[in-house]
Amino acid sequence: MTAAHTIPMTNTTSSPAASGPVKEARKRTWWGKNGHQATVWMLRVALFLAFLVVWYVASLIVPNPMFISDPIAVWDQLVEWIVDGTIVFHTWITVQEVALGYVIGVLTGAVAGFILASIHLIYSVFEPFMMALYSIPKVALAPLFIVWFGIGIDMKIILAAVSVFFLVFLNTAAGVREVERGLIDAVRLMGGTKRDVAFKVVLPASMAGLLTGLKVSIPYALIGAVIGELVASNRGLGYLINDSASQFNTAGVFAAVAVLTVLAMLLNGVVALISARTGRWKPIGDA
Amino acid sequence: MTTVLEIEHLTKEFQRDDVATVALRDFSLTIERGTFVTVLGRSGCGKSTMLNLLSGLSKPTSGRVLHNGDAHTGPTPEIGYLTQSDTLMPWRTVLRNVEMPLEIAGRDKTDRTRVARDLISRVGLDGFADSYPRELSGGMRRRASLARMLAYGAETILMDEPFGALDAQLRTELQGELLRLWSQTGQTIIFVTHDIDEALLLGDRVVVLGPLGTVLLDQEIDIPRPRDPDRTTVDSRFIELHLELANALKEGARQ
Ligand SMILES: Nc1ncnc2c1ncn2[C@@H]1O[C@H](COP(=O)(O)OP(=O)(O)O)[C@@H](O)[C@H]1O
Ligand SMILES: [Mg+2]
Repeated sequence: MTAAHTIPMTNTTSSPAASGPVKEARKRTWWGKNGHQATVWMLRVALFLAFLVVWYVASLIVPNPMFISDPIAVWDQLVEWIVDGTIVFHTWITVQEVALGYVIGVLTGAVAGFILASIHLIYSVFEPFMMALYSIPKVALAPLFIVWFGIGIDMKIILAAVSVFFLVFLNTAAGVREVERGLIDAVRLMGGTKRDVAFKVVLPASMAGLLTGLKVSIPYALIGAVIGELVASNRGLGYLINDSASQFNTAGVFAAVAVLTVLAMLLNGVVALISARTGRWKPIGDA
Repeated sequence: MTTVLEIEHLTKEFQRDDVATVALRDFSLTIERGTFVTVLGRSGCGKSTMLNLLSGLSKPTSGRVLHNGDAHTGPTPEIGYLTQSDTLMPWRTVLRNVEMPLEIAGRDKTDRTRVARDLISRVGLDGFADSYPRELSGGMRRRASLARMLAYGAETILMDEPFGALDAQLRTELQGELLRLWSQTGQTIIFVTHDIDEALLLGDRVVVLGPLGTVLLDQEIDIPRPRDPDRTTVDSRFIELHLELANALKEGARQ
């Protein structure tokens, strides 16, 4: 919202706003508004360049290119893969796994969290089991999923979905359980049914929890998918890392990791976008 | 006059482990239709507990409440309850908060918007219909809560220290507005407060409560209406009654 925005209102003497704050226009210069951000970004670029320089110098000192390779070799490998389509092919596979796993995990986690947490008895029964399953490293489930789903894309999707499911489930459930008692009572006083309470209070009130779940689980979808690829696969960025390593192509490992990093940064960008939206307490579809 | 609420031997205990906190013991009261009854008591004497029972939100340990002759089983929109704390939905605008009871009653969209806008204007919130509760001051939130409660069209209204947390100026203003609204509709109001002046200014009758909800005094207020927060409080009869109530509260504390 710009600083020049004002709220028009009729200010009669009896109006409750008479003793309240007022909004006034205050123009700021470009540097006043963006100076801090610009400085931060310049320092980030500088840090990245410094890292490349240190890496390059280190590669001159360490004799064996198998250990840390060097930035130029990694760059050449990247260019080669971009040109021959390797990057696009494997990245697309990983992106599909992440996206599908995320959607499945979110849908099941949100619905299960909302329903189970709405019924106190059921939640009390389920909670310790859910916490236990949440706590085990998901990579431990990979062998089981390979038996059930093979080593194709399905197994990675399920692994990503499972990682996402628990985070969304637990956050949604926490949101449901933290709904203020007073708000529920307010609806009961209006003669509202259990259904009214669920849809007009618990659902919108638990949105904050759900959105937290949506946010924190995004990186875990990527982690789940890539772990699946590392365990067993013939496609995807995780496979590309494994494959390069098995050929002692350290530059290839770094190149694949670099692509993975970019992908993670893009996903974190999505997270930041969601955060910006949830930061403001806005109505979220409770029609 | 007809009786609208009959409270018979209400007792409320809160059980926790092996200890029961008794908040209200053997409390009885009869409320006539169309009267403005103020209930005065120090904090912790069981006022909120009593209103929770009257509204049907909580169940008595023993005793019962009759509303228009029928025993209470749960909350009903026929009884409006303005609770001590704000319970506006933070994700709804003032307008949509006020519309909520009408929505639940199944009224159609245009109808409920019209009723809600009228109520918002009656409590003096014109221009704030599209604001969210967090954008309002405490006093404005109280007004919005009041408008929402009036939207049920309840004949019996319970209010729990509704103006307790407001500055003196605003309280006087809202007391005046409440009296004006009430004079137009003639509902039955049970208004809980810990403020002697407020109890006297608003009520036809003051019930003074001691510990565990014992009735220390049940007094008609024979001060003519319309009353005015600024002028009535310096009336000689008002001062006389003030001393009487203050004494009753003191007696109660000594017991
Ligand atoms: N949910 C509860 N659990 C245990 N004790 C309670 C509960 N609600 C109220 N009480 C107790 O009952 C007494 C009366 O409380 P309340 O009705 O809120 O008083 P008032 O509204 O007059 O200040 C207090 O001593 C309080 O500790
Ligand atoms: Mg209270």
